[in-house]
Amino acid sequence: MYQITCPHCGPRAQTEFTYERTMDSVVDPAADAQTAMQALYTRANPMGLDEEIWRHTYGCRAWMVLTRHRVTHEIHAVRAIGPEALP
Amino acid sequence: MKTPYSAFSLLRGALNGQKHWEPAWRDPEPRASYDVIIIGGGGHGLATAYYLAKVHGIRNVAVLEKSWIGGGNVGRNTTLVRSNYRLPQLHNFFEFGLKLWHGLSDDLNYNVMFSPRGAMFLGHNDGDMIKLAERGDAMRCDGIDAELLTPRQIAKIEPLLDLSRNSRFPIDGALIQWRAGTARHDAVAWGYARAADALGVDIIQKCEVTGFVRDGNKITGVETTRGRILAGRTGICVAGHSGHVAGLAGLRLPIESQTLQALVTEGVKPMVQSVVMSQSLHCYISQSDKGGIVMGGDPDNWPSYARRGQPTVTEGAIAQAVTLMPALSRLRMLRTWSGVTDMSFDGSPIIGTTPIDGLYLNAGWCYGGFKATPASGWTYAHTLATGAPHALNAPFSLERFMTGATIDETSVGPMPNHR
Repeated sequence: MYQITCPHCGPRAQTEFTYERTMDSVVDPAADAQTAMQALYTRANPMGLDEEIWRHTYGCRAWMVLTRHRVTHEIHAVRAIGPEALP
Repeated sequence: MKTPYSAFSLLRGALNGQKHWEPAWRDPEPRASYDVIIIGGGGHGLATAYYLAKVHGIRNVAVLEKSWIGGGNVGRNTTLVRSNYRLPQLHNFFEFGLKLWHGLSDDLNYNVMFSPRGAMFLGHNDGDMIKLAERGDAMRCDGIDAELLTPRQIAKIEPLLDLSRNSRFPIDGALIQWRAGTARHDAVAWGYARAADALGVDIIQKCEVTGFVRDGNKITGVETTRGRILAGRTGICVAGHSGHVAGLAGLRLPIESQTLQALVTEGVKPMVQSVVMSQSLHCYISQSDKGGIVMGGDPDNWPSYARRGQPTVTEGAIAQAVTLMPALSRLRMLRTWSGVTDMSFDGSPIIGTTPIDGLYLNAGWCYGGFKATPASGWTYAHTLATGAPHALNAPFSLERFMTGATIDETSVGPMPNHR
């Protein structure tokens, strides 16, 4: 268990957060069928860094992207996404 | 020929101080090339090698293991063996395996301590009971045993379950498969290793695959920490790390690796007779032959290769188990551990060919690979020997995700973390 720094609330316990999916699995509505299926049904699943979408579900409920290491669990960066992240 | 394990061998050994026993398998240096290389010396890899040699007569086979055999998921599971699935592709596959389990100790000349003590799925409400009855009907239509139990019948098998109406999770009934049970996980790895080695298979430990040797769209061998080894056919069999190894060949799989935890208590006298599972809650309880209560629950639900779990997930599984069987609350936990599981995108495994020639894939076992060990080995050996899937694993192709023919027992869709 570790802490995740929410872009809005600061450091909070990991149990407040839920994992959604990886950044590369977001389907572009304009994508062709083959690309969309690739995004939906395949993952790079690296033994290293990957970009993941998490949500502060049991907190402010905002979405964010974590750059996280799959072996050490070290979080290299957190950035907000969604309407909250707009200027 | 190895000395067979038998009462006669033991008696003979009594006369010479048991000095006639040999190591159960050799420790060979890798050769330059093999007919078939299996990457991964877990239960499935060793079973595949055994059936390749025994059923298909292909004995020029190497099993490459990055650490030691039996150190991965075959040694980290909760040892449950059952075939009580709803969908025909799944229950027919696992039933084939369950039949092999029933004769496995004799076949391998190694006691895998298979104990068909019955495995029950609990139902906690009307909806659960309807689903369990439907599941049982589907199984019986294919000749697999299943019996619906009333709470009164459950009380006779598991008197320590809280069957009162005041329980947090009241028990309305259960579906039991009597031929299901548990086995000794290490013995499965060692038994297959010994039997495969006796047929000429090279089991090469401390040999990690670091890349593939490629000739156009064909894989012709592997690069390892012990040098280059060529192969006619190469089979990936590394569930937990499939995404990583397939990635070395440039493949992206419908798999996300997640942590699954288990725990065991101190040993006590017999108190859990069968395997008790609740799919609505997701917790499973059984008692090992040593007396420890073995429990498990949900995966951690986020990607990780770390083999260390989140304590709150274990806490959730224990809370469920203690609610179902309050007497468990008096036991002390001996240890917890975790393994890395391949969470596939429909909850079913992948066994078959890949878009790359000469490369085959056995992956995506989610949290249910141990029970499949014999069936997985049998069908994967067939696939590697003939280049085409066996009828039992044909539905579990990698292409099914692109063609929409997914086998989704829980109807969750492509969300491995919601399974």
